[in-house]
Amino acid sequence: MKHRAAIAIFLTLLVGCSQKPKAPAPAAPTAYGTAIVLSGGDKQTGAVGSILDQPLVVQVNDAQNNGVAGAPVWFSGANGVSFDPPYAITDSSGQVSTTVTLGGMAGRYRLTAYTTDASNKRIEVKGDEIALGYQGTLGRALNDRYCSRCHDSESTPERVSNYDNLSTKPHPFSEGEALNKLSDDDLAAIISHGGPALSRSAEMPPFGYTLSKSDIQALIAYIRAVSDPPYRSAGIVYAKAN
Amino acid sequence: MSGAKDTFDRLRRMFFGDSARAFGTVSLLLLISLAIAPAKDHFNEWRRYQRQYRRFLKTRADGATLEKHFEPGVQQIWLPEQGVTDRCTTCHTGVRETSLADVPTQPFRKHPAIPHTLNEFGCTPCHRGQGGATTVEEAHYSTLAWEQPILPAKYIEAGCGQCHLSAMEGTPRLNAGRQILKRYGCVNCHTVKLPDGTRVSPTDHPPSLVHVGDKTTREWIFAWIKDPKVYSSTATMPNFQFNDADASDISAFLIAQSTPAPASHAAALPVATADPTAGASLYGQSFCASCHAVQTAAGNLVGGDLGPELTKIGTKVKPQWIQAWLRNPGEYDPETKMPHYRFTDKEIAILSGFLQAKADTDFLANVHLTDATPQQIAHGKQLVTEYGCASCHEINGVKKPENFAPELTRIGSKALAQLAFAPGVSHTIHDYIAAKVRKPRAFGPGLKMPQYTLTPQQVDAVTTALLAQTDRAQTQPAAMRTAAVHESDYKPAGKAGRLINDLRCFSCHAINGRGGDMAPDLSWEGSSVQRAWLVEFLKNPNTLRPALIRRMPKFNLTDAEINALTDYMMTVYQTPAFDRDSITESQFTPAMREQGRRLYYGKFACQSCHIIDNKNDKGYIGPALWSVGSRLTPAWIYQYEKNPQALRPGTLEPNQHMTDEEARALTAFLTSLKSSGKQAAKK
Repeated sequence: MKHRAAIAIFLTLLVGCSQKPKAPAPAAPTAYGTAIVLSGGDKQTGAVGSILDQPLVVQVNDAQNNGVAGAPVWFSGANGVSFDPPYAITDSSGQVSTTVTLGGMAGRYRLTAYTTDASNKRIEVKGDEIALGYQGTLGRALNDRYCSRCHDSESTPERVSNYDNLSTKPHPFSEGEALNKLSDDDLAAIISHGGPALSRSAEMPPFGYTLSKSDIQALIAYIRAVSDPPYRSAGIVYAKAN
Repeated sequence: MSGAKDTFDRLRRMFFGDSARAFGTVSLLLLISLAIAPAKDHFNEWRRYQRQYRRFLKTRADGATLEKHFEPGVQQIWLPEQGVTDRCTTCHTGVRETSLADVPTQPFRKHPAIPHTLNEFGCTPCHRGQGGATTVEEAHYSTLAWEQPILPAKYIEAGCGQCHLSAMEGTPRLNAGRQILKRYGCVNCHTVKLPDGTRVSPTDHPPSLVHVGDKTTREWIFAWIKDPKVYSSTATMPNFQFNDADASDISAFLIAQSTPAPASHAAALPVATADPTAGASLYGQSFCASCHAVQTAAGNLVGGDLGPELTKIGTKVKPQWIQAWLRNPGEYDPETKMPHYRFTDKEIAILSGFLQAKADTDFLANVHLTDATPQQIAHGKQLVTEYGCASCHEINGVKKPENFAPELTRIGSKALAQLAFAPGVSHTIHDYIAAKVRKPRAFGPGLKMPQYTLTPQQVDAVTTALLAQTDRAQTQPAAMRTAAVHESDYKPAGKAGRLINDLRCFSCHAINGRGGDMAPDLSWEGSSVQRAWLVEFLKNPNTLRPALIRRMPKFNLTDAEINALTDYMMTVYQTPAFDRDSITESQFTPAMREQGRRLYYGKFACQSCHIIDNKNDKGYIGPALWSVGSRLTPAWIYQYEKNPQALRPGTLEPNQHMTDEEARALTAFLTSLKSSGKQAAKK
């Protein structure tokens, strides 16, 4: 009798402990496409480790460029970046969206979304997201406060852009083609002393008496972080021995 | 059995057969045992990293320079007064090397630029982990002897919050988390003390329920308690997940405890007018949307969040109540942020009719409550008491409980043994806090903490703010802290003071360190504006900033009230920095004005942000300046141009570093820009 009770308790415990909450099994693909494209959520900016505001959305298409429902999509990325969900099946419009959490290092994160075609061949598309470290985060706050009213041409009801009102159009900070040619010192000079410091428009006022040196460094870090194409520092150049 | 014995005998003879063999064997064993310690040292993890680092340096152009900086052996940052003994730099060898910023991963990447140096602060005060350890496992992760693993990067701003008690521009997540603690009522139940000993005080304003029966019906209370988000997507009240019976009993009790408000309800109230056009226009003119949001047909919320969302307000409030409220909100709720608008009876009729029409007929369609028995009411009271409703709301017959929920002042360093973890939550303090905020009732049956509806970003933010509440923050030297900015308890005196309170100026404006940030700080308004302009503005406030949505409402003040307010502001709200009358227009010559005009359009390009000439100027970041000469005093204009931040901290206008002569000329020009109040209003 005693033994039976013990066994019963043991079995109860066994059953009780083995019931782990299980995530629902991912659905199996029912269709395959021939192409995959990004349709949203690319090139976002967020602090390190943060969940990006917009989901990353990709679409799987067939040969006629129509969305394919029921196709499998996997997401991957390096350095601690994570996806929720990391795998999904496209919806009726052929799209899948996933929430992206950036990794712990500041910098650019290359994300890959891939699907397979009917012959199990991998088809992929790549996107970039930008993680800001301390300087970039501070720079972004300063940008939102002092710069974006003119440098960002997008208007929202809460913040009307002044871009269109300026006779010399300011460079959006993502405009790497132009801004990457300026050295950090040039950028610091323009921010500190205004446009005329580099013979540019006086509509860019001087901020050197308003912002601290470290604030200006933070702004430059932000400008470099969001640049597209990405900014590459010249670094230290050493003469080579022959 | 004998086989084993034979083998043993053979081995014994081989190693200990005679004294020479025995001596040799023992010597060998001794040598081996002596070699264990140096070998362990040689194969140490940190030596491996240092060897890796030196190999890595050979691959870099500036490797020779970096090699010179490299110091072999265990490195340590020792800060006894902060209790820091950090050996992290033993493996993180490149953490101070500027040129290693491009290394993709740790351990050899340079630390990102922050305002602090490693040598002054060490590593673990912000990152946590076990500073004294020299293995990856012990330094980074929880071990049996160490409960504080490295904080995930998303919570790193918690480190800042241990010393920095107020919001900073570089720590948006920490700021947001602290805001949530105050705004979502967390600190109404939980005590959270900052290291300077002050208690974090709530900024939400849960309504008093002592007259709730005047305001709404039992059915609405029932539906609201069941799920506040169904009524309003912006509700900050959490969901207590009551079943129907409990919610019914609570609603019965709340109606039963309600007493009639002593307001002027007896006065004849106008009948609500159903005039949607006039209603919408009055709603717009009164700038209700500066504080209240309404959901559009497309599902977008339009409006501010200082007051409650009004999308379904007609479903909630009783017609009489909304009229009495519009007449004077302070009579029902002395603590309300809503100003006393001084609406006429006709306006009240129109506006109440307009609001009453914002109803959702489906909302209460399925709520059918039977009259409650005394037992049910008593049960409702018991639930209200047990669930701490009075921590937030004033309720007749239920005392506000003290320390209703556990104090969270040191939650960031709480010993894990003192916590009960929900299944599936990893045993770290950060995962515990995040899981608890996300789904409190998952931690066990019978828990009282309600379910909040927070986005994952908000959960990260609250977790960050709570992780800043550590033992270290509470015990470190006071000199480490930056002072917290606390709101002052400034109260303006006399008749004007009563008016300022009646109009709830502090809801939007700050004066002498108290008040909101929606509208300009008025502390020095008397030095800034001219009396005639202020009188005209209070009569008919028209915005100075064309692009602004949030605007000052018109309060229908009497001339006597306007005079009282104006006199007070002109006399009391003056800056000590300069004399308002120190510069007069008579000092300016036409030549100065012309020089000022050239500076305005040339050197300083003021037109990029300000408008003088409606046709040619377009900038609308700053206020329009077409009548600035009738608005501001010359002394204010001059001083502002010399240093805008000194007069308005945080203003967007950069300090242009003008010479005295330039500032004087610009002041001469701007002072000459005048137009009558009527013209300005037209534009």
